[in-house]
Amino acid sequence: MSNQKISGGEALMRAFIAENVETIFGYPGGAIMPVYDALYDFRDQLRHVLVRHEQGAAHAAQGYARVTGKTGVVLVTSGPAATNVITGITDAMLDSTPLVVITGQVVSSLLATDAFQETDIVSITQPITKWSYQIRNASEIAWAVARAFYIAREGRPGPVVIDLTKNAQFELTEFDYQPCTYIRSYVPVPKPDLTKIEEAANLINKAQRPYALVGQGVTLGHAEKELVAFLEKAQIPVACTLLGLSALPTQHPLFKGMPGMHGNYSCNLKINECDLLIGIGMRFDDRITSTLDTFAKQATIIHFDIDPAEMNKNVKVDVSVLGSVKETLPLVTKLLKTTRHDEWISSFDALDAIEYEEVIKEETDPSSDDIKMGEVVRKVSEATHHEAVLVTDVGQNQMMGARYFQFTKNRSFVTSGGLGTMGFGLPAAVGAKVGAPDRTVCLFSGDGGFQMTIQELGTIMQEKIGVKMIILNNSYLGMVRQWQEMFFDERYSFTTMHNPDFVAIAAAYGIKGKHVATHEALDEAIAEMFQDDAPYLLEVKIEAKGMVFPMVPSGASVSDVRLK
Amino acid sequence: MEQTLYTVIVFSENRPGLLNQVSIIFARRRLNIESLTVSASSIHGIHKFTITALTDEDTISKVVKELEKRVDVLKAYFYVDSEIIYQEVALYKVDTEAVLNSDVIEELVRKYNARFLEITRSFSVIEMAGHTDEIKELYDALNEFGVMQFVRSGRIAITKSTKELLSDFLAERNLEDPR
Repeated sequence: MSNQKISGGEALMRAFIAENVETIFGYPGGAIMPVYDALYDFRDQLRHVLVRHEQGAAHAAQGYARVTGKTGVVLVTSGPAATNVITGITDAMLDSTPLVVITGQVVSSLLATDAFQETDIVSITQPITKWSYQIRNASEIAWAVARAFYIAREGRPGPVVIDLTKNAQFELTEFDYQPCTYIRSYVPVPKPDLTKIEEAANLINKAQRPYALVGQGVTLGHAEKELVAFLEKAQIPVACTLLGLSALPTQHPLFKGMPGMHGNYSCNLKINECDLLIGIGMRFDDRITSTLDTFAKQATIIHFDIDPAEMNKNVKVDVSVLGSVKETLPLVTKLLKTTRHDEWISSFDALDAIEYEEVIKEETDPSSDDIKMGEVVRKVSEATHHEAVLVTDVGQNQMMGARYFQFTKNRSFVTSGGLGTMGFGLPAAVGAKVGAPDRTVCLFSGDGGFQMTIQELGTIMQEKIGVKMIILNNSYLGMVRQWQEMFFDERYSFTTMHNPDFVAIAAAYGIKGKHVATHEALDEAIAEMFQDDAPYLLEVKIEAKGMVFPMVPSGASVSDVRLK
Repeated sequence: MEQTLYTVIVFSENRPGLLNQVSIIFARRRLNIESLTVSASSIHGIHKFTITALTDEDTISKVVKELEKRVDVLKAYFYVDSEIIYQEVALYKVDTEAVLNSDVIEELVRKYNARFLEITRSFSVIEMAGHTDEIKELYDALNEFGVMQFVRSGRIAITKSTKELLSDFLAERNLEDPR
């Protein structure tokens, strides 16, 4: 305990350093100025990335957290800045991304007076955070910040908001930082129940047609190796959910693809053919299950998850194995018999062949002059030897990215799954590249989503962030257009976009770029894009009315997955 | 789905904003809170919410899990009426003249195990503890003479198990406390 008193702002900086924070994504303003003043003295130890809009700070911190496994840190002022980060906070809540968001707040004496730039951000964020708390005295900073990092990181991760009044930032306080290791009311990781482990193992040992669906829980729990050991011992074919992608290399023989609305044909159909369905660190989201009435009714279901509230939330399961999959999977693996399910595993192949013929072949290697989305994704993935980090925006670009990008390394896919936030891609790619500077980071975005957060080109310029941006431009809000074509009698209500010259905009920010509209030009531009590690914007004019298939229409059974 | 009146008991740390965190979980599902009582529990520093809501078992079990998921909530439980002893308190204000002019009010007070809290020249206050329907019955009976004011509390409840369920949880948690 040092008796020397420091300002609240400095206490926050020291707390960051004690939590091994290296990077902050933020934007200064009135009610956070004392903190920024303290940050000025710590600028050698803490990298601050100045975004162009607070929403960008939140998404960048998400991208950073997703590729590094560390907690993303956001620093913004009060009022409009605090409300601007809400989309990112909600996104992080739905996708279990650890974030600590520090918002400035008016001085305590002005609270609840509708003071300038005052907003009740703690109340606003209660339903969209793991914890939100207001600090009114500098003496609370060490305790509350330690707790914030613990809560954001431990158990099922998520966002935490700390609202820091301006007087607390100025005030002098003694500083004695103790990392939080325990909260009486919070059990982050339930202890494995050995009876459930045994029940699960018995069911797997008996199964003829077992099938695993893997979610982000495996990545969040650092259980990639444990997963492979589990799957290989019992020879279980596996599909990864959107957020589960890259937990397992695409090339692994047991990896069969992605289930869900735009997932693979086999991965959807096999849900209703397997005799045992095993959910691992996933939450049976409606984009996976479609209508629950016809989802895996023939199968026995085991669910591995860390969050008790996910058990029986959407799908009623036969065995719930609560706990961290890092612990529970090896316990089950130990009890598994080494088995083979060769015939069952190879039964996916016939369906994969159908999908290849009817969808994939033309999408990734088109016979016409038009460039197709899948083709761009395949070529970019190949050019990076499947070693890059893929970041997507939301919509057709996201589904095409998920379907055709290949992964050889874990923590290689950053996308907005639960919230489906258009505008997520560009700032998330910024954060991903900051977090993984030695890796190639490729962003796929549409012309719509890119313009929602296009201002972050300024961040890329200022911080020299080598993101490779690929805009799949069809001058449509493509996914909505696809639905209008399929389900709304081709009534294209406000989905046509008149777009700016994206390459010219990039050029104004000093970012290299190119327009391409032919297959050959695409190949050349991709080669040019990866010549160095500088930021690059590739605008690809793609087929105007491209569609993402297969598709499980909203409300249909996964068995009714359509190929066209 | 069959609707049942469930009693939810939530134990939480005493921190600002918890009532909001608890109530929005009900509001998100449009579950009407029939009654809500919040007070210190028998365990020092721990607050107790007693909430009643009319819904089905699947919904209430999900609500309870979502309540427990809040970091500052220690435990949450739900019960049907047969698993708990529960009570409400009601106060009735009647005209003192009416009490003096007839034996009926005195008889009602005896019959319902109610009592006079205060008698002034102009009004009398009767207190009764009981179940919702009993309190309503007494209200109807008293209202023959005109009830000037009536107020009732939310439900409080105690389980039929021999000890506070939270104590097991706390004992286990204290063992894991690194301090």
